[in-house]
Amino acid sequence: MTSTTAQSSSVASAEIGVATAPATAMIRLADIEKVYQTKTIETVALNRVNLTINKGEFVSIMGPSGCGKSTLLSIMGLLDEPSSGLVEIAGRPVTSYSDKELAGLRNQKIGFVFQSYHLINDLSVLDNVELPLLYRSSVSGKERRQRAHAALDKVGLSARTNHFPSQLSGGQRQRVAIARALAGNPELILADEPTGNLDSVMGEEIMDLLLGLNRNDGVTIVMVTHDEQQAQKTERVIRFFDGSQVS
Amino acid sequence: MLLSYLKIAWKVLLRRKFFTFISLFGISFTLMVLLVVVAMFDHTVGAHAPETRLNRMLFSNFLHIKYKDGGNQNTPPSYYLLDKYVRTLRTPEKVAIYSNFHATPSYVGNSRLDLDVKYTDEAFWQVLDFTFQDGKPFGEADVKAAARVAIINRTTARKYFGTEKGVVGQMIEINQTKFRVMGVVNDVPVMRVSSYADVWLPITTSPDDLRRVKLDGDYSAIILAKTPGDIPAVQAEFDQVIKRVPMPDPKAMDHIDLHADQLLASYSRQIMSPLTDYGSDGTAILFAILSGIALLFMLLPALNLVNINVSRIMERSSEIGVRKAFGATGGTLIGQFLVENIFLTTIGGLLGLLMAYVALQLIGGAQILAYAHFELNWRIFLWALLVTLFFGVLSGVYPAFKMSRLQPVQALKGGSK
Repeated sequence: MTSTTAQSSSVASAEIGVATAPATAMIRLADIEKVYQTKTIETVALNRVNLTINKGEFVSIMGPSGCGKSTLLSIMGLLDEPSSGLVEIAGRPVTSYSDKELAGLRNQKIGFVFQSYHLINDLSVLDNVELPLLYRSSVSGKERRQRAHAALDKVGLSARTNHFPSQLSGGQRQRVAIARALAGNPELILADEPTGNLDSVMGEEIMDLLLGLNRNDGVTIVMVTHDEQQAQKTERVIRFFDGSQVS
Repeated sequence: MLLSYLKIAWKVLLRRKFFTFISLFGISFTLMVLLVVVAMFDHTVGAHAPETRLNRMLFSNFLHIKYKDGGNQNTPPSYYLLDKYVRTLRTPEKVAIYSNFHATPSYVGNSRLDLDVKYTDEAFWQVLDFTFQDGKPFGEADVKAAARVAIINRTTARKYFGTEKGVVGQMIEINQTKFRVMGVVNDVPVMRVSSYADVWLPITTSPDDLRRVKLDGDYSAIILAKTPGDIPAVQAEFDQVIKRVPMPDPKAMDHIDLHADQLLASYSRQIMSPLTDYGSDGTAILFAILSGIALLFMLLPALNLVNINVSRIMERSSEIGVRKAFGATGGTLIGQFLVENIFLTTIGGLLGLLMAYVALQLIGGAQILAYAHFELNWRIFLWALLVTLFFGVLSGVYPAFKMSRLQPVQALKGGSK
């Protein structure tokens, strides 16, 4: 049923010719604008962005600070609403979704990795990783544990399940964050400068982990980064400047 | 899920020990004061022995005489008034008439012992559920014959005879008259003014002239209805009968107010008379005022908790952002926050209950009020639980709502790590 919807919407998008979206579009953004309005100033963060990320792609987004990359990622992840334009996730336009529907979609389809990890310090590593599954009523407590353990295994932290985030190094924390993003088996991982707070060795480790996920498990990954070397490892680099895509 | 919430709640409490202490103290202290008040209230107007059948009882103990010159007289009614008009009511099962208690001197050896004496009829012992440790109540024949017999409480037995055992049949001298002890009953706390005394004597042995025709006196009546549902009928008959009482001095007196009220209403009719002019028993107004005070009293710690909660939310905005990013809906977050808050207030509530228990023990132990024995019963515990829940919800709803409305992207930016 999902694939049918995806196909029909991709046909529609081909017709209006906004983007060349094949049947496997994971994310499609059409004419996205994001304007921040204060009393006196209007700041355009994103200016008519048209972008399609295909299923199974590993895309990096680059650009100087303040060019709107993180805003774009937030819009892709349904954490923020565009001022205008259309967002489609796996072929479903989400513009009119309610808070509850958006939460469900984030929970089922998307995993997030943040630059500053955003682990919950009061919870153990295992509890942190379980978080996405906590919001799925279909998953039992036992299954939650199992899947969290499996995810931690994947990032090589199965020995640290009962530690707390404050007891871990930066690289380890980011690996926990990745395990958390993986626990819900998402089709899409959105990573906002995942190596930004790490030294180059740890950065490499994290990058390898993400590349492995993309190649071996077919997870679609969109990564915002400042690191040209890491960007070059991904399939496609999208460059932004002043709220617009430049390449 | 619930376990995870409680884990977080506990951690958050430990993280800010000082604020946790302040907010817990606010809740516990408020609850303690409320519980002590409720316990005293319950002790005074709850159904406790010997007034166990409160739901069938009406009390008539307060007469208001309005004079034509605008003057007022507030007094207990006379024996004549109660005996002639109230005892003869047809709807009740029984009517007991008794005097108010007065301290009366007695002597044990050379030392003086002031005993609170109450004069009662035989119905008094049938309407009320006194627990007799020994002997039995005096009956109709004793009252008719003005027999010199007495019922005493256990404390008086101990103080006068030095023992509670084998006292029945012995003589006790009160106000220079000897009475034969007929029964020994459990102590009744002084707050139960209708039943309380140290010594109960037949009403016919009273020095008062019971036959004197007058309205004001020193007596009260307890009217026992056949069933709780009969109360309104009894009250209606009572009011009808009292309306027909002739004024002894029609030139000076305008009218009288005498009512048959349930226990709490009998108090509130007096307390609230400046507002109601005896027209109603005033319980509605009394309850409104008391709940208003209680609410205001609870509002302070609740507002304090709201304040602490709001700032706590700001601290936790990263957590909120992450939870939203991974699929928590606004409703789920409100649920989480309310659970946390109810958890906190429940801890405060339990502490308050403990503090109230200790406070009541201290008040009871100090013997400020004769024979007062406060206890925390299930009724009070349920009250406490209700108040605690009220706290938890009151102080949690607004912050939780505020929290749930945060956009995930804002929440994530607000948090540092």
